[in-house]
Amino acid sequence: MSSAAPGVQEVIPASDVAEAELYHPHSWLTKYVFSQDAKIIGIQYTVTALAIGTVALVLSWLMRVQLGFPGVLSFIDPATYYQFITMHGMIMVVYLLTAVLLGGFGNYLIPLMLGARDMVFPYANMLSYWTYLLAVVVLVASFFAPGGPTGAGWTLYPPQAILSGTPGQDWGIILMLVSLMLFIIGFTMGGLNYVVTVLQARTRGMTLMRMPLTVWGIFTATVMALLAFPALFVGAVMMLFDRLLGTSFFMPALVELGQLREHGGGSPILWQHLFWFFGHPEVYIVALPAFGIVSDLISVHARRNIFGYRMMVWAIVAIGALSFVVWAHHMYVSGMHPYFGFFFATTTLIIAIPTAIKVYNWLLTLWRGDIHLTVPMLFALGFIVTFVNGGLTGLFLGNVVVDVPLSDTLFVVAHFHMVMGVAPILVIFGGIYHWYPKVTGRMLNEGMGRIHFWVTFLGAYAIFFPMHYLGLLGVPRRYHDLGEMAFVPPSTATLNAFISLVAFVVGFAQIVFLFNLFWSLRRGREAGSNPWNATTLEWQTPETPPGHGNWGKELPVVYRWAYDYSVPGAARDYVPQNEPMPAPTRAATGQAT
Amino acid sequence: MIFTLLFLAAVAVIAGIWLFRQGLTSKPWLESAAPAMASAPPVPAARMGLRVFITVATGFLVLLVSAYSIRMEMADWRPPPQPGLLWVNTGVLIVSSLALQWARSAAGRGDIQAVQDGLVFGGTSAIVFLLGQLMAWREMANAGYLLTSNPANAFFYIITAAHALHVLGGLVALARAGMWLRRGAAIGRLRLSVDLCTTYWHFLLVAWLVLFSLLAFAPSFSWLYAICTAPFR
Ligand code: HEM
Ligand SMILES: [Cu+2]
Repeated sequence: MSSAAPGVQEVIPASDVAEAELYHPHSWLTKYVFSQDAKIIGIQYTVTALAIGTVALVLSWLMRVQLGFPGVLSFIDPATYYQFITMHGMIMVVYLLTAVLLGGFGNYLIPLMLGARDMVFPYANMLSYWTYLLAVVVLVASFFAPGGPTGAGWTLYPPQAILSGTPGQDWGIILMLVSLMLFIIGFTMGGLNYVVTVLQARTRGMTLMRMPLTVWGIFTATVMALLAFPALFVGAVMMLFDRLLGTSFFMPALVELGQLREHGGGSPILWQHLFWFFGHPEVYIVALPAFGIVSDLISVHARRNIFGYRMMVWAIVAIGALSFVVWAHHMYVSGMHPYFGFFFATTTLIIAIPTAIKVYNWLLTLWRGDIHLTVPMLFALGFIVTFVNGGLTGLFLGNVVVDVPLSDTLFVVAHFHMVMGVAPILVIFGGIYHWYPKVTGRMLNEGMGRIHFWVTFLGAYAIFFPMHYLGLLGVPRRYHDLGEMAFVPPSTATLNAFISLVAFVVGFAQIVFLFNLFWSLRRGREAGSNPWNATTLEWQTPETPPGHGNWGKELPVVYRWAYDYSVPGAARDYVPQNEPMPAPTRAATGQAT
Repeated sequence: MIFTLLFLAAVAVIAGIWLFRQGLTSKPWLESAAPAMASAPPVPAARMGLRVFITVATGFLVLLVSAYSIRMEMADWRPPPQPGLLWVNTGVLIVSSLALQWARSAAGRGDIQAVQDGLVFGGTSAIVFLLGQLMAWREMANAGYLLTSNPANAFFYIITAAHALHVLGGLVALARAGMWLRRGAAIGRLRLSVDLCTTYWHFLLVAWLVLFSLLAFAPSFSWLYAICTAPFR
């Protein structure tokens, strides 16, 4: 909104702002804490998200202790277990993945990759981070509130979400809803920035079709998030009213502890519509940036131009659009008109087409490429395998007849962890290994990186692959312990114990990663400005790490697309985007640098 | 969710046309031309920002409307009578919008005094609108149509409150424009600021007209809604 717009720049096109006219921080505090520099904000987002993500990781350990070795930790009773599940799921999806991919990578990379000096509304950008931090604080506060955090499941389905019997009924659910609302407000301020920056602040020559796919992915995902998050916001407001003021938006008439509640006539299904109208696009809000980043990682580390760039862009846009008309596939078991079921099953399966196109194009990019198995590349390859795997089980679950029996089993848990848990996390890691040298000027330690990759990748498979099998056996999801279930053979206990052991190992591998982040800050090998010999603009900055305003005196000018690798006849195996066309053209147009 | 889908379809069409114009079918790998992009984007960033924000805010309101239309179908829905005061408030909001429109054209002419009058009048009438909405709430509550007594009442309060919050946000922006004016900012700067406020005010007015007719007349449109959703019953 206009109140968020900064002072002077508007009339000058943002791409032409001279370095001297940028906002200049005057003290340490405004430079590193209340910073308006998108690079710092990106780092702040990433660090905060990784920190809260670590909490979610620890929660997953605790859940695995209970599932693998029931009763070993006596403080995990059913109520606590629900709270852990809920907080784990919500933190991972919203506060970690969304925040890192859009707030972290988006802030750091969009201006740099487009040749801009900064985001167009730096002040709103700063507010965005601080609102996000506040949301995280409120979320964490619910751990310490009387009654603890909510245990309603990350989907927060009413009526149970606000009834007694669900843990966190007094404060947990309120704090959760407030925190989500804050997150959405914060995100909206950031999101406006990302979109308008892409639309307005590209440097000269950076046409839309010359943007790296990373930017395409983040851009499309941001547009989606701006349209999808309001659904969660509306739902959260209404649920807060139901909980605090006794309205009946979602609450049907019901008897609680022998007493008729004041609610009546509300529709729990209405919440499901609002939630999944946000919830499904959310999967792609996380996936599209991941798609984009992976495309770039593969292209750089296989020294090959991305295969079918245009189709990749179209596929990103198509997936973004389609993902708004599939939400009810999460509601098959809620019952619906058969035509609806048919419609949503069809749209769900159609999304597989653009997605498959992307996978083929990645494979064709790799085909006969000069593949360097660097750590980022390993993670990118790991992503492709994992995503295909999770996507295939998604095709099964998209069909109503298959979904109904498998719903609420560990099969679903295995599916979504593969496709939206492990896969995007692998990309985030890959992205961090890839761009860390630009952010800090030093390489992350390669040996630690390889250990981190192999343990995480193989470990994730060891955790979630057998889980499909448990699901097929009928082991239910969100169960504190299995108790007496005649159809579940005793061997599931052994398998569960195995999964838990692997989960601890995988968790420890993440500590190696965190250690590496700190260790390499001082001890890492000097990176230079372009350690991977990449073409995109962020590697062509005059300083590394890039200084305030990114580009020194003059903005780069873009002459080519982002994927000129191994061009026949070129002197090096890559040609940066800001390098003028080869000799004959240059002679014809005069010196252009 | 029919309304939301219609809204999204509209957004998709506009975005699609725009993308197409941006050369989505070009083949960047064959391009060897020197950069040909115009150096100045056609609209200032702040205006583009406002457009995107209005789209997002519309999406938010449309989702509220969707929720309203879904909840409306439940058996316990008893729409409250709308206070007549709402008609007056609607009039005030129209006046407010007109005043800003006037300020906008004054800014175009460079007539600073008229801009100031327009802003003050527009801002005051917007505040009057908000007070009027508060009084309408009081009237409703006094007549026994409480938040909790029926979901239709609850929607009335939530929808009007959501709209009022957007008006409040607009007032902040308007105050900033007033500040630029007081400080004697350059006319270009002032023009942009007034222009953005006016656009936003028109958005607030249109949004209110739609929401108001929904609140006041939704029951009379139920046959239309029934026809639209008939295939899915
Ligand atoms: C070390 C890695 C991880 C492990 C060991 C793990 C483990 C678990 C476990 C044991 C559950 C509960 C299953 C049940 O009883 O229903 C769960 C639920 C969940 N996890 Fe993870 N998880 C991991 C990473 C992630 C990541 C990266 C995401 C990000 C999307 C994620 C998202 C979720 C969600 C959304 C739920 C469902 C919560 C609910 O049912 O309300 N997890 N996870
Ligand atoms: Cu889905």
